[in-house]
Amino acid sequence: MQRFSIVSLARNALTGHKDWPRYWRSPKPKAEYDAVIVGGGGHGLATAYYLAKEHGVTNIAVLEKGWLGGGNTGRNTTIVRSNYLWDESAHLYEHSLKLFEGLSQELNYNVMLSQRGVLNLAHNLGDVREGIRRVNANRLNGVDAEWLGPAQVQEFCPIVSISPSMRYPVMGATLQRRAGVARHDAVAWGFARGADALGVDIIQNCEVTGFDIREGRVRGLRTNQGDIATGKVGIVAAGHNSVLCEMAGVRLPIQSHPLQALVSEPIKPVHPCVVMSNAVHVYVSQSDKGELVMGAGIDSFNSYAQRGSFPVIEHQMAAVLELFPIFSRLRMLRTWGGIVDVCPDASPIIGRLPVEGLYLNGGWGTGGFKATPGSGHVFAHTIAREAPHPLAAPFAFERFTSGALIDEHGAAAVAH
Amino acid sequence: MLLIPCPWCGERDETEFRYGGQAHLARPLDPHATGDAEWAEYLFMRDNPKGWFRERWNHAAGCRRWFNMVRHTVTHEIAAVYKPDDPKPELPE
Ligand SMILES: Cc1cc2nc3c(=O)[nH]c(=O)nc-3n(C[C@H](O)[C@H](O)[C@H](O)COP(=O)(O)OP(=O)(O)OC[C@H]3O[C@@H](n4cnc5c(N)ncnc54)[C@H](O)[C@@H]3O)c2cc1C
Ligand SMILES: [Zn+2]
Repeated sequence: MQRFSIVSLARNALTGHKDWPRYWRSPKPKAEYDAVIVGGGGHGLATAYYLAKEHGVTNIAVLEKGWLGGGNTGRNTTIVRSNYLWDESAHLYEHSLKLFEGLSQELNYNVMLSQRGVLNLAHNLGDVREGIRRVNANRLNGVDAEWLGPAQVQEFCPIVSISPSMRYPVMGATLQRRAGVARHDAVAWGFARGADALGVDIIQNCEVTGFDIREGRVRGLRTNQGDIATGKVGIVAAGHNSVLCEMAGVRLPIQSHPLQALVSEPIKPVHPCVVMSNAVHVYVSQSDKGELVMGAGIDSFNSYAQRGSFPVIEHQMAAVLELFPIFSRLRMLRTWGGIVDVCPDASPIIGRLPVEGLYLNGGWGTGGFKATPGSGHVFAHTIAREAPHPLAAPFAFERFTSGALIDEHGAAAVAH
Repeated sequence: MLLIPCPWCGERDETEFRYGGQAHLARPLDPHATGDAEWAEYLFMRDNPKGWFRERWNHAAGCRRWFNMVRHTVTHEIAAVYKPDDPKPELPE
């Protein structure tokens, strides 16, 4: 791997930037690997990177049916935060945020983490109480959190309307200053480049179509590029986790839904932070290109179509105008959808499945981008040591039988 | 955007409906004789097919009645709607 530095930049400038090497190889799949990761999104690539880097497991492959980061990794609104209510979640997401804070250095690749602060607005007494409770819970867990009154909210984000005559007046907000946004593609590409340099085979256009399971144990998998033998498989396929697990005879508590987002035409910098609102239901930030990036809730029905219904977009536009009247004449540029894998408790499943050698890292639903490095880190540990990482243990598949759910629905502000 | 044919009211806009998820889930008959694993199956585990799906809908802003629908989860094509006590239609090819 050629490291990026001011020296390499200068040297390549002299040759007209024509000699930069490719970020990763495109090898043919080998007949056998020590472990195979299914899904080349951020989580799968991070898992492979940490397997190689921290556990010395380098004879591995990441299989991606499309292109790297073409799933939810490249479709999300890039909000990164760790202010979750429950202890288990706060620890996991904070672990990830800490890794994010050092990620550009770790990967020698700029993931453009911008810790511009995330506001979660409160619009009614219930929101206020929930927000203050969450601030306190976060602080007890070592997660930075503050409660702001309406005037402080406007000071932090001058374009938010705090007019008391609004249908949903702003009664305050939680603020996590260390939260913000990062560049989603760069996270995928950085992990891919790092993993490739450590010897991981990254194979695109390789769709897993079945498993070889004998005596309750994984022996390998079938792909459109041939059969591959392996004793360990990590499924990290987001919206398609149920489809893959069904091939292995495992039924999941997951439903796949479209989640849509959209961007406006680019404008000069006006929006200094990330604003999220549960009651009005929208979240908004401004990208470095100047576009407003907006998203909201899932479409209600199950779907694998990577597109949703227009009323969902209409609803979130109404919410944007409620909070930011100044955007009323802004035109929208494009909308898209991703397929998110939603768990009944809005928390992920990380750990082994009831087939020996088969592991799942999924159910991240609408909010897993922020967890990308942490998720990969604890999942790599879980696969390599064949025992859950302490931070992953509460997120085991077995929690749906034991009843020890981690109910972040509603608890963690909006779920993104 | 779905145009949903309520079996009682006819075709209506998707926004009039509430989604009810997978259809034909039967609650365990004897709760006391039902173990944790069976409860987990009933409460949490769900089919999530990429293809035809039998699902429940409620015409919330209309007749407010529940019904079942067969819909394709990739094309969103609707193959059948039927009342809760109607026999299950076959899934299309
Ligand atoms: C519109 C939208 C907005 C979002 N906003 C946020 C946000 O602001 N903050 C946040 O934290 N999260 C957000 N999320 C959620 C976040 O995007 C996801 O939780 C996260 O990116 C999941 O990463 P992943 O690597 O698991 O999945 P993906 O990036 O989807 O990767 C899974 C990969 O598996 C591949 N795959 C599937 N089936 C197979 C197969 N059979 N064989 C081989 N490969 C296969 C897919 O092609 C895909 O590339 C948002 C999601 C969406 C859709
Ligand atoms: Zn009706």
